[in-house]
Amino acid sequence: MSEQTRHSHIVPVGVYVGVFLALLVLTGVTTGVAYIDLGPINTVAALAIAVCKMLLVVLFFMHVKYSAGLTRLVIVAGFFWLAILIALTLADEFTRRWTPDPNSWSVLMTAFSRLFGG
Amino acid sequence: MSDLAAHTAHPPGFAHQFEDMAQQREAGSLGMWVFLVTEIMFFGGLFAGYAIYRSLHPAAFAIGSHLLEVQFGAVNTAVLICSSLTMAMAIRSAQTGSRRAAINYLLLTMLLGAAFIGIKLYFEWYHDWVEFLVPGIHFAIRPEWGAAGSQVPMFFCFYFFMTGLHALHMVVGIGILTVLTIMAARGRFSPEYYSPLEISGLYWHFVDIVWIFLFPLLYLIGGRYGVH
Repeated sequence: MSEQTRHSHIVPVGVYVGVFLALLVLTGVTTGVAYIDLGPINTVAALAIAVCKMLLVVLFFMHVKYSAGLTRLVIVAGFFWLAILIALTLADEFTRRWTPDPNSWSVLMTAFSRLFGG
Repeated sequence: MSDLAAHTAHPPGFAHQFEDMAQQREAGSLGMWVFLVTEIMFFGGLFAGYAIYRSLHPAAFAIGSHLLEVQFGAVNTAVLICSSLTMAMAIRSAQTGSRRAAINYLLLTMLLGAAFIGIKLYFEWYHDWVEFLVPGIHFAIRPEWGAAGSQVPMFFCFYFFMTGLHALHMVVGIGILTVLTIMAARGRFSPEYYSPLEISGLYWHFVDIVWIFLFPLLYLIGGRYGVH
């Protein structure tokens, strides 16, 4: 057991304080941007800033920058599954009204009557 | 000398099924992340539901969001970010072997967590109750909301379920921090063994991340520029 493996990476205090200050600044930015009219870009900007803040927390406070590849793979897989959850749910919800309402059995009845009726 | 050799062979907190402390630490973090992935999916369901209902009723969500006090949401975001810093510093103190500092940082983290819940309960939820904004039990649809008014309770349903579930995680986190503080005071942690701190830190930061998304999605939508 070498000294290298026995002791884990100790993040310098300056890095933690820098991340902390960046998070506070980004909180101010996201609040400020909400008061500027950017149309639909407001939501995109809010989410983009939130993702930046998340990355700062995950990489530095949660030590993922210094963690093993397997751990990173699990995290990426987790977010990939979240993307499936949200993307497929919204894809269903947003496209439901693209096709006309089949009006339950009447469509089938019409088809039957066309095929076998007079 | 032989005492030191024995200590090196079996560091305190070392479980024998692992090759070494580094592998044990990695396994601990990996396990915690697997749990956090289930938490991502847990909150993810609420975020997906939020996305659908906000797209269906944007006007009602804007009205609801404007009824929340941005300053309390922003202050609470800052409080949580501070608590994440103190949590990271508590772990760092354990890594550098300063027990006193670790205990102080843990106590500070708990204090900030309690401050978050206090602000939420007293300045926000209590205020919402007084204003008849608690759907299902204490809600009044106001005439000035117009046609969208009937859907405003839906926004508050998401607001209370999302912030409530988040606050519940905070309460659990404070409980975990209490145990950690006692463990630290008893001298259970060392630069070699601090896994309980590390994985509890992952949990605490995760709860912080959930709030980082909740703040803009609940407090800052629907064109704040149009109000006040």
